[in-house]
Amino acid sequence: MMQTVRNFELYTPKLIEKREFFSSGHRACQGCGEVLALRLVLKALGRDTVVANATGCMEIISTPYPTTAWEVPYIHVAFENAAVVASGVEAGLKALRRKGKIADRDVKAVGIAGDGGTADIGMQALSGAMERGHDMLFVCLDNEAYMNTGIQRSSSTPFMAATTTSPAGTVIPGQRTGKKNMPEIMVAHRVPYVATACPSYPLDLINKVKKARKLKGPSYIHVFSTCPTGWRAPSREAVKLGRLAVETGVFPLYEVENGKYRLTVETPEKRRSVADYFKSQGRFRHLTPDQIKIFQERVDGEYRQLMNKIKHSRSWQE
Amino acid sequence: MKQKKWPEAWHEVTPGCVVFAPGSASTYKTGSWRAQRPVWDNKKCIKCGICYIFCPECCISESADGFFAANLDYCKGCGICEHECWPQAIAMVEEEV
Amino acid sequence: MSKRTGMEVAIAAAEAVALCNIDVAAVYPITPQSHIAEHLSDIVHNGRIDAEFITVESEHSAMSACAGASATGARVYTATSSQGLILMHEILPIVSAMRLPVVMGNANRALSGPLNIWNDHSDIMSVRDCGWIQLFAENGQEVIDLTIQSFKMAEHPDVMLPAVVNLDGFQLTHMIEPMEFPTQEEVNRFLPERAPFATLHPDKPVSMGCFNMPDIFTETMMAKNEALVNSKQTILKIWDEWEKQFGRRYKPVETYFSEDAETLILTMGSMSETASVAVDEMRKKGKRVGLLRLRLWRPFPLEELRSALKGCKTLIVMDRALSFGGAGGPVGTEIKSLLFHDKSRPRIVNFLMGLGGRDMKVEDFIAMVERAGKKKDETYEFYGVRQ
Repeated sequence: MMQTVRNFELYTPKLIEKREFFSSGHRACQGCGEVLALRLVLKALGRDTVVANATGCMEIISTPYPTTAWEVPYIHVAFENAAVVASGVEAGLKALRRKGKIADRDVKAVGIAGDGGTADIGMQALSGAMERGHDMLFVCLDNEAYMNTGIQRSSSTPFMAATTTSPAGTVIPGQRTGKKNMPEIMVAHRVPYVATACPSYPLDLINKVKKARKLKGPSYIHVFSTCPTGWRAPSREAVKLGRLAVETGVFPLYEVENGKYRLTVETPEKRRSVADYFKSQGRFRHLTPDQIKIFQERVDGEYRQLMNKIKHSRSWQE
Repeated sequence: MKQKKWPEAWHEVTPGCVVFAPGSASTYKTGSWRAQRPVWDNKKCIKCGICYIFCPECCISESADGFFAANLDYCKGCGICEHECWPQAIAMVEEEV
Repeated sequence: MSKRTGMEVAIAAAEAVALCNIDVAAVYPITPQSHIAEHLSDIVHNGRIDAEFITVESEHSAMSACAGASATGARVYTATSSQGLILMHEILPIVSAMRLPVVMGNANRALSGPLNIWNDHSDIMSVRDCGWIQLFAENGQEVIDLTIQSFKMAEHPDVMLPAVVNLDGFQLTHMIEPMEFPTQEEVNRFLPERAPFATLHPDKPVSMGCFNMPDIFTETMMAKNEALVNSKQTILKIWDEWEKQFGRRYKPVETYFSEDAETLILTMGSMSETASVAVDEMRKKGKRVGLLRLRLWRPFPLEELRSALKGCKTLIVMDRALSFGGAGGPVGTEIKSLLFHDKSRPRIVNFLMGLGGRDMKVEDFIAMVERAGKKKDETYEFYGVRQ
């Protein structure tokens, strides 16, 4: 039941694939930024894709037996193995195609998981899959906590954010550590294409997914996914929060091709202060002005490091 | 008469719980969830399509004359379209009980 | 039929897999299975078969990769042992629920702790309930035959369930035995191409691994159990076909001098050979002893066991694993409960023996038969524990 939008005469929408590969009727929360990201990622991937998905929000909201929202071939096995199930799919399709048992056509294996299924419990499988160099794309849909099980902290939860296992207490104010830098870890695995993306910048996201899809080898895209439910933010601001994350430098949009860093969406010369980003999010409501200042310094420091890499990094192929 | 739910008996369950109907989730109408619904003012609409791009339910589509509307079977009333609309052509209206 | 060759059994297992023309193998090494992994990768790297060999980074990933590959329609194989088997435990019931015909070789080894790399059955007994077809091989020839048969059993449209072939670690895997390999042409005749009921391909998109709400889960579980229980009929048919083509007969419960036996020993795996020598010795002395060897563990062959037990007064079940704090060995406990309502069931004695690679000799079996004769009750007993 694919929906096609007809008669698009105008410029912007013309650049976006019109077919939908994820149907309505899924059970995501209203205003879910993650399912919006997934919808755009699938548009960029196209029909010849097999998705291996980890247990998480996207899996639960889309596959209540006997129905499914997916319109591409889809497999879910468990929580920590999306990357290696995708490896198995890639190897299976490769062997069957080579032996003439299936059509001689490129079908991309894609692993999709949340931040838990990527950076925490899924870390081992992802590291192994990327190291082995399978021809697959791995997409992390990062909503910055274990949202599906009730908003518990993950290694992707930002510094001092409140979650149910890192609550804003009187003694410890929220998450004690900062966000694990997964793109950097992927670059250290010598993954030829690593990128960050955000659905608030849909064309940038779609271009990156298309680029990764064309590549023969492993690729990784880390997608910022607003969760109004978990972040205690109004559902209508799901896209706005993604934009603010980019404009403040909290989540810069860049890509790394063979080790060469490049910013793909320019942040404003004078970055917005993180206080603007925190304003409508209940998970940061407890922060004092001093704590906000500490957070700002941290963001500034990390941003400077990224700018250094963008300025000085060289491609491995040189 | 109550519609017989499928699958019901154990032998009707597909092997491996494999679902052969892609996109069948659309049999569930999530429109029943919403508390408010988007209404377009076509006098202001510039037909950019941004509301279509940002809808997480992918329930906004274009009509023959180029204007946009939400499929109320699925619209959850999140308000993203209203918030992102550049000329502010969309208003969220409370659903009546 | 090719002539007999002498080969290490683990290497033979890999050769048998190669004959089955697999598409993908995802293996992680663990003693004593490593030779299977090594030889299989040797076969692939030298182009003897056209397959993808994924050197995964853990056994959990091995089974997950097998699930992904099998879902695309590929024929897949993996092998493991003990700690590896229970590391992949999470995925085992998922693979059987998803009806993916993965074939696995399990080199039986004791579960830690403490660490022990030698042979017993605690590893496979801890995953009894995972919904896989489970077979036990006694010698190298059986390893070859059961491995090839497993692919046919697993992939059969009336079955569609994963299968595991158990071979005793070190006591079988590292033994050099004389075996006969079927030719490639003979295997091609026996084993058809895999024809899955659903695959992951954009030409016909499906969703696999959908979750169940409480209102349908029970029905799904019933369907899975029925599939495993009913698979026995297909397994027996396949064993008939094997006998017609290769002349070697396979039964769920193998019998040795059981027809007129008053006392029967029940064993699984390689120690059955030693037990049969012990039966010979006791028969020489006039004792009416016999041996039953359980080859099919899941689905459990109750009818075959019942008919093998006709006339038996004492059944001595040898378990190479135990349920701590429970009712004894898993096989003994299961047989006791299955025969509980039978009016004419034998007295069942359960010995826990051969744990962690402890050698069981002919005299040990004779001693256990003697002890069983003296024992008054049906409680379980550790054999040969130094006091």
